[in-house]
Amino acid sequence: MRYLDEFRDPEVALRLIDEINEMATRRWVLMEVCGGQTHSIIRNGIDRLLPDSVEMVHGPGCPVCVTPLDTIDKALAIASRDDVIFCSFGDMLRVPGSDEDLFQVKGGGGDIRVVYSPTDALQVARDNPDKEVVFFGIGFETTAPANAMAVYQAQQEGLENFSMLVSHVLVPPAMRAILDSPTNRVQAFLAAGHVCSVMGYEDYFAIAEEYGTPIVVTGFEPLDLLSGIKAAVAQLEAGRATVENAYQRAVRREGNIPAKQMIADVFTTTDRNWRGIGTIPASGWELSERYREFDAATRFPVGDIDTRESPLCHAGEVLQGTLKPDGCPAFGKECTPRTPLGALMVSSEGACAAYYQYGRFTKAAAS
Amino acid sequence: MTIDGWTCPMPLRDQPNVVLGHGGGGKLGNELIRHLFLPAFDDVHLQDLADAATLEVPAGRVAMSTDSFVVRPLFFPGGDIGELAVNGTVNDVAMRGAAPRYLSVAFILEEGLPLATLARIVASMAEAAKRAGVGLVTGDTKVVDKGHGDGVYINTTGIGVIPDGIDIGPARVRPGDVAIVSGTIADHGMAIMSVREGLGFESDIVSDTAALNGLVSELLNAGIDVHALRDPTRGGVASTLNEIASASDTGIVVDERTVPVRRPVASACEMLGMDPMYVANEGKLIAFVPADQAEAALATMRAHPLGEGAALIAEVVDDHRGMVVGTTPLGATRVIDTQVGEQLPRIC
Amino acid sequence: MCLGIPGKVIEITGEGFMRTGKIDFDGIVKDVSLAYVPEIEVGDYAIVHVGFAITQLDERSAQETLTLLRQLDVVDEELDPEAALAAEQRRAGGGTP
Repeated sequence: MRYLDEFRDPEVALRLIDEINEMATRRWVLMEVCGGQTHSIIRNGIDRLLPDSVEMVHGPGCPVCVTPLDTIDKALAIASRDDVIFCSFGDMLRVPGSDEDLFQVKGGGGDIRVVYSPTDALQVARDNPDKEVVFFGIGFETTAPANAMAVYQAQQEGLENFSMLVSHVLVPPAMRAILDSPTNRVQAFLAAGHVCSVMGYEDYFAIAEEYGTPIVVTGFEPLDLLSGIKAAVAQLEAGRATVENAYQRAVRREGNIPAKQMIADVFTTTDRNWRGIGTIPASGWELSERYREFDAATRFPVGDIDTRESPLCHAGEVLQGTLKPDGCPAFGKECTPRTPLGALMVSSEGACAAYYQYGRFTKAAAS
Repeated sequence: MTIDGWTCPMPLRDQPNVVLGHGGGGKLGNELIRHLFLPAFDDVHLQDLADAATLEVPAGRVAMSTDSFVVRPLFFPGGDIGELAVNGTVNDVAMRGAAPRYLSVAFILEEGLPLATLARIVASMAEAAKRAGVGLVTGDTKVVDKGHGDGVYINTTGIGVIPDGIDIGPARVRPGDVAIVSGTIADHGMAIMSVREGLGFESDIVSDTAALNGLVSELLNAGIDVHALRDPTRGGVASTLNEIASASDTGIVVDERTVPVRRPVASACEMLGMDPMYVANEGKLIAFVPADQAEAALATMRAHPLGEGAALIAEVVDDHRGMVVGTTPLGATRVIDTQVGEQLPRIC
Repeated sequence: MCLGIPGKVIEITGEGFMRTGKIDFDGIVKDVSLAYVPEIEVGDYAIVHVGFAITQLDERSAQETLTLLRQLDVVDEELDPEAALAAEQRRAGGGTP
């Protein structure tokens, strides 16, 4: 068992698609919450293989897409400082701020380093005691145990030149926000498997029940995704709405207890602004009182930031599934992957970028 | 040549690192040329140390290409910047069907670079040139202040002779052609990743850097009507296919299931969230040939040590012109666009 | 969000929060924090995200899932040859957009 190839078997995948097709008696709208799932869906072309009766809406589960503009601008300001080494996951380097992105700051002389893990940033801090090392602590629940451990270790070691710009976001409040929207179209969720590996899925039962919305904990390989979709469609067809776990090999109901304990120690819940969506109450984590000294946002007062989101960008509605990317007036005109106005046109799993590529193909093929 | 076998000791040996004087026209620069470059490169055209090399070129057309090499770290699993600088330009010349003959080499050295390091790089270039059958016939050295370079930058320019009757270029690609890659992809890029600060991992992944002129001449000698050749370096196979689709105004359909990727390379790509189709290669080529010559081309390539893993990966079609479309492992389609900028490891 | 890759623990050092493992991701090996999977042992598999093992993979569940997926289909089509034929035809056209 390698836990990868087995879950990519094309024959089984195509049969699952047939089964989904046979099962669906009408059109259903499903949202995969997680950007990693979106990536896998597009990479494997699952969106093109699914029957018309299943519409997948790409959700807000990508830190590139939802990290608020003022945080990006703050990161840019901190990264520009001469005394700072700014460490980040590669994802964030191309995300547009109000005026520029981290790549451009790097081009202007900023010391910006791509790391694989927040503990790599800790090592940079140990190796450069005369510099301030700032890690861009973004991500969902999955990334929180790693970021929490970095802060915990920094405190244990007394690593005073390390700090973190934290912009953690949480899935369940975002699901509620989507379902609360008066124009919501989403009828079932594929919950993000790795978020649930950490947090478990206890929190989702209340949502499924309150909103009558099926929620299926789903993995990332083609067979995982298709099993999740099939389970969600089965619930919808049967008029049921509960929480199912279609990613049992990696997810327990209670999640990862030691990881949750560390998160509870290092972080505390806060309201969080989601880019394009707005503020969602209790939808994020910031450093708790005990670790506040490691908060880069307070260590480096960057003054008032005047954020300017493109007035043409409708990313928020797209993220919530109320607008299709090609329904946006700027789509393919002012806004393309080479000239992105919003984050959704940036990463390859961004809903707008994905639509753009496929639209280009169908147009070229038709002409 | 290694630093141990380096014959002339004085006064270079008293000077362990590159200093600004090595780039001037004076004694130090002269020492570097006479005692480090000349013995290594050992080419008759260099011996008179004139301002320019004089070369004998047969009648007909020549192909000429230039490339600058910047890589960190300078030494990586399976190669180093010197080998890369020779092979890279040899390959660019060979991709026009030319037989590479001569290379120029220009070094930009950073003050403080250990001369032993330079000697290793130079020795590696000499070996690579010998393997590729090209002469390093003229060169230049400049030194920049400490902190203004990554140790060494190298520029090489190459000249090769195009045999009569050979016309290879993207414009000749047409619907009905197929694309054959000479072996596994993404090895070089992931070998570099494996030793990048902050990203590294342990593996037996090595760069595929190699001079491909031998493989190219095998193809031509076998009488294959090669329409186009490309070495998919930066931007990987995806970018190369896009360039060809756009230059030839055709569409390309690549079957991702047939693209050869070594298992550890595939695993490294999974871990860092990268797509092997966009990762650099330094010793692979993609040949566009008419479909009815595909078998012959494959057989010829597979008979050569640098083409053992050759595989047919794509077809050229008269549809979705200028675009590359991939057939995914599930048999669906996806657009394979040119990369916008450099591919970075991601968590999302 | 959240690229997580399965890998096999091949060596463990340290204790508590400093517990670290060498994890083999099918041909490449990386040092990974095992702080959050205190019970994991050499030979076990974990999902790794940004240098941390976030959950141990359960081989029995994995096998069950696969068995279920593979068997269900076979039975379906064996019982209903017409459905199998229809499925075959759909698949043939399934690759085109």
